[in-house]
Parts: sequence; structure tokens; C-alpha cells
Amino acid sequence: MADVLQTTQVLPAQALALKGKARFWRGHLQGSEYAWAIAFCVPYIAIFLAFVIYPVAFGIWMGSEPSLYTTLFSDPIYLETVLNTAIYLGVAINVKMFCALLLSGFFMRPGWWNKALLMVFVLPWAVPSLPFFISIHWMLNGEYGMLNNLLYDLFHINAPDWLTSRWTAFGSAMLSHVWKWMPFWTVILLAGRMAIPSEIKDAAKVDGATGLRSFIHISFPLLANLYLICTLLSTIFSLGDFNSVYFVTGGGPADSTHVLATLGIRYAFDLAQPRLGVAAVISALPLLVPLVIILMRKFRTSQVQL
Amino acid sequence: MSTTSFIATPRATAAERSQSEVMRRAARRSRYLSNTAAAIFSCGLVIWTLLPIYNIMMVSFEGHSDVFSGAIWPPDPSASGYWVVLTEGYWYLQNFWHQFGNSVYVGAATTFLTLLIASAASFSISRLRINHGWVISNAALMTYVIPASFLAIPFYRIMQNYGMTNNLWSVIAAMVTFATPYAMFIFQQYGRSIPIELDESARIDGASPIQIYLRIYLPLMAPALVAVGTYALLLAWNEYLYQFLMLSDKRAMTVPVALASFLNSDEAPWNYMMATAVVYALPPVIIYYWFRRRMTAGLTMGGVKG
Repeated sequence: MADVLQTTQVLPAQALALKGKARFWRGHLQGSEYAWAIAFCVPYIAIFLAFVIYPVAFGIWMGSEPSLYTTLFSDPIYLETVLNTAIYLGVAINVKMFCALLLSGFFMRPGWWNKALLMVFVLPWAVPSLPFFISIHWMLNGEYGMLNNLLYDLFHINAPDWLTSRWTAFGSAMLSHVWKWMPFWTVILLAGRMAIPSEIKDAAKVDGATGLRSFIHISFPLLANLYLICTLLSTIFSLGDFNSVYFVTGGGPADSTHVLATLGIRYAFDLAQPRLGVAAVISALPLLVPLVIILMRKFRTSQVQL
Repeated sequence: MSTTSFIATPRATAAERSQSEVMRRAARRSRYLSNTAAAIFSCGLVIWTLLPIYNIMMVSFEGHSDVFSGAIWPPDPSASGYWVVLTEGYWYLQNFWHQFGNSVYVGAATTFLTLLIASAASFSISRLRINHGWVISNAALMTYVIPASFLAIPFYRIMQNYGMTNNLWSVIAAMVTFATPYAMFIFQQYGRSIPIELDESARIDGASPIQIYLRIYLPLMAPALVAVGTYALLLAWNEYLYQFLMLSDKRAMTVPVALASFLNSDEAPWNYMMATAVVYALPPVIIYYWFRRRMTAGLTMGGVKG
């Protein structure tokens, strides 16, 4: 009996010790163990300093001359590019994310047919982007491309030459981006939906909420945070998206479909003005920094909820 | 449940029975309609997904002159394009296997270094609980949300200053830099599921930190290591911009850079390009479908969990 009492008394003490684990552990982190802890960290710190901090500092130094920005703002191509980037982020990303949200609901349907469809649907995400954007570029060729030949053979439509006028070309680049990245976000949102306990939906069903109402009142509020984080992440990633514009339109016709990522590379390597290229990239910071701050804050709060 | 059994009593009147028959028929009709709509939608989705992939396959099976015929099915399908690629039988493809080896080398080195550096740093931060470990975590998270293409110009200048262009290690350095933050994020999320008592009991038995790392931490982290390793491999394999900037020599190039350089030739040999693209896209597709479950688990494990 005394033994039992003793164990039950020890248990809370153990729990306390576990709660104060961090302190207990760090208190004992001395001598050789401390050296080990540092040694384990050093490779990453070295990489971070050499390949993140150094290039960032170097870039800021390269783009620190104010005269660069007057050159930049007097370049009509730059102004077009800013408009393009805004459209790219405002339209393409939101269309992509919203379609991914709807599709993730579609893929919740049961059945082997849906699983097979999902396997096919994620293919664009699995393949390397570059050869497929080159392929899309060729597919959209007005004379020899498959799309226009297909449209003519099936429906006798004389489709325009997609890549020779600004808005059809830029629309093609945006759709290519959606083609490539929508599967990824669909999978993420699908995982988010699957994490919603089915009891909640069943309870709502008993109360008469099905279909759209179930989505508006149950699924969406529970997915909203995930959806917001995904959209922010996607916006930031797409701000640096180089491949889809570079290979589908090449910035053409007449450099009218650049986004900031491709314009920076064009200034730096086609026109041999690396400082101007860096300045073009830096001019995206007023958008990038607030997005990153919101995202970091979201990350932190959602981690607390986990 | 109890209500169903109550309705299903044999004492239901004829009127009740006919009403339930009407309701069942309406339910069947609506289910039929929704299934038809889903089938039509699925067809649309498959066409959307497979159109660029069909284009790449079609062109790769065409003859050299058929590319400009405007056909939507290869008039004379043959695998000769693939044979030319695999035997390096075209002047642009002279170094194909060498370049393929470069891609493999970059992918393997990136995977290995990412796993090593990120797991060591995560071990130090979350298991040894080094002081101010959160600073390193946050620095990594910040790197994760910097678009890689924004750092390309200063990164290139730095590598140029050190004479590292045309050296595969410059690309590997860049890839490791951009893969480690995500890897650390996943490792720290996943590591929470491994009880720290294991480490403590090993310490009491006299294990040094390196022994704990090798014998306890790494084996228990195996699923996360697989997910992150696949991610890093695919990142390095699919990346274009950094490889294009750093590697300009034919012998130092990787496959995507060589593939894009085809585009600049006067008469782009589209059938060879597309055959090269298919050969290049096969390894990631196989790896992706092989590790699909683990990768998806990894993505939802850390990446964007709401």
C-alpha cells in the first residue's frame, strides 16, 4: 500500500519534470555536449551566411543607387511588367487557388474512379516544368501548333495565333502556370479536407445541411486558415515564378508579357545591366515584405493551434 | 438509427409507401444526374491535364519533317527520335549522357547534403535544444519564403567572382540552400512525435550526442527523411534558372540547360527536343509515383498545415 502511494506521489513530480523539460535539458547542456550542439548547427549556419545573407547583402548593395530607379521607372517595359505582375498575382493565383478548393471537394467523392482520376490529375505537378512549358509554347504556335489544328479539325474554328498578341500570350502563360501548379494545391487542400472529422459533417447532415450549405458553414470555415496560408505562399512563390512566362511566351511579343522575375533576368543577362536587374527585383520588396510578415504571423498562430 | 427502424415497420400505409417510392425515385434521379455531371467534368479535367502531355508525346514520335505538317496524330509514328537521343546521334545531343550524368550528380549531391545538414541542424535545435535555436528556425523559415529567382543575379555575381561558374558545385550549393529550410521545417514538425525520453534514457546509458543522432534520431526520422529526400531530389532535377546561369559549357551543362539551348538554334529539331524531354521527365515521374504517399504525407506534415 505504501509502495502504491509512493508511486502515485512520484508521478505528478515526473509530470512536472517533463513540463520543465526544456530547462532541465538545457541546464545539463554543458561542456562537450554544448560543443556537439554547436557542431551540429554549424553547417546550416555556414550555408545560411554564405548563400543567403551574403547574396542578399550583395544584391542590396548592387541595387542601392537611386539613379537606377529613375532609369527603371522611365522604362515603359518596366511599367508594363509591373501591371503584368499585378494581374498575374491577382488573377492567376486566385483562379488557381479557388479552382483547387473546388476540385479538392470534387476529389472527396468516393470510388476507385476518382482515385484514378486524381493519379492522372497530379501528373503536371510530377513532371519537370521546363520541357512541358516548351511543349506548350510549341502547342500554341499559330501555324504548326497542335491546339489550333485540333480546333480546326474538330470544330472548324480558325483560332488566333496565341503568342503574337499581348493578352492572349499572357493569358497562355497564366493558364500554363495554373496547369502546372493547380494539382499541388489541390492535393494540399484535399489533405486539409480529409483532416476534418467526418462526425462534424454527419452532425450537420442530420441538421439538414448538405451540399452548398455544408460547404459554406462547415468545410469552408474549417479550411479558411489553410486556404489563406496556401494563397499567401502561392502568391510569394509565384512572384518569383520564372519558368512559365520565360518558356511559354519568352516575354514576347515585343517584351510585353514579362513579369518582374523574367524582366530582372533580361536586364541582367540580355542587356548586361545586372544592377538594373537587381533594382527591378528589389522594386517587388514593398509587396513581398508585408506578405512575408503576414505569412510568418499566420504560421506562428496556426502552429499554436496545432 | 432508431428513426429508420421506426419508419421501416411493416405497418406503414399504402400512401406512405407510395410517397417513399416517389422520394426514392427522385433521389435516384438526382444521383444519376450528379454522376453524369461528374463524368462529364472528369472528361474535361482529363483533357485539360493531358493535352500538353499528349502534345509532347505526339511530337516525340513524329519524323523530322512531319513536325511542320500540322497533323494531330503522327502520320508515320516511329521511335527513331528516342533512338537518336539515346545514341547521341544529333549534333546538339553529342553530350546527352554526360549531361544526364551531371543532372544525376547534382540531384544526388543535393539530396545527400540537404538531408545531412538539415537533420543535423534540426537535431541540434529540437533535441539538444541549443540556446537561441528558434533564431535559426526562423531564419530558415524566412529563406523558405524568399523566391529563389530573386537571388539569382547576386548569386551569379558571387559565383563568378570566385570562379565557380561551370562548376556543378555552385548549382549544388544553390539547391541545398533552397531545399534545407523546407527540410528543417518538416524535420522539426515530425520530430515532435518522437518522445524525447528516448534521448534522455540513452544519455543516462552514456550515449554521446553523435550516437543519439545516428542510432536513435535518424532511424526514427526515416519517413520524414524519405519525404524530404524525394523533395530535394525533384527540386534539383526540375530546377532551371540557376543551372542555366551557372553552367554554360557544353560538358558542364545539365539536361534542362541543354534542352533550352535547343530553342536558340536556327531550326529547332522539335521531335528530338520532345524525345529528350520525355527521357528527362521519366525519372521524376517514376520517383514521384513511387514515393507519392510519403511525399504527400510530408507536405501535409509540415509545409502548409493550417
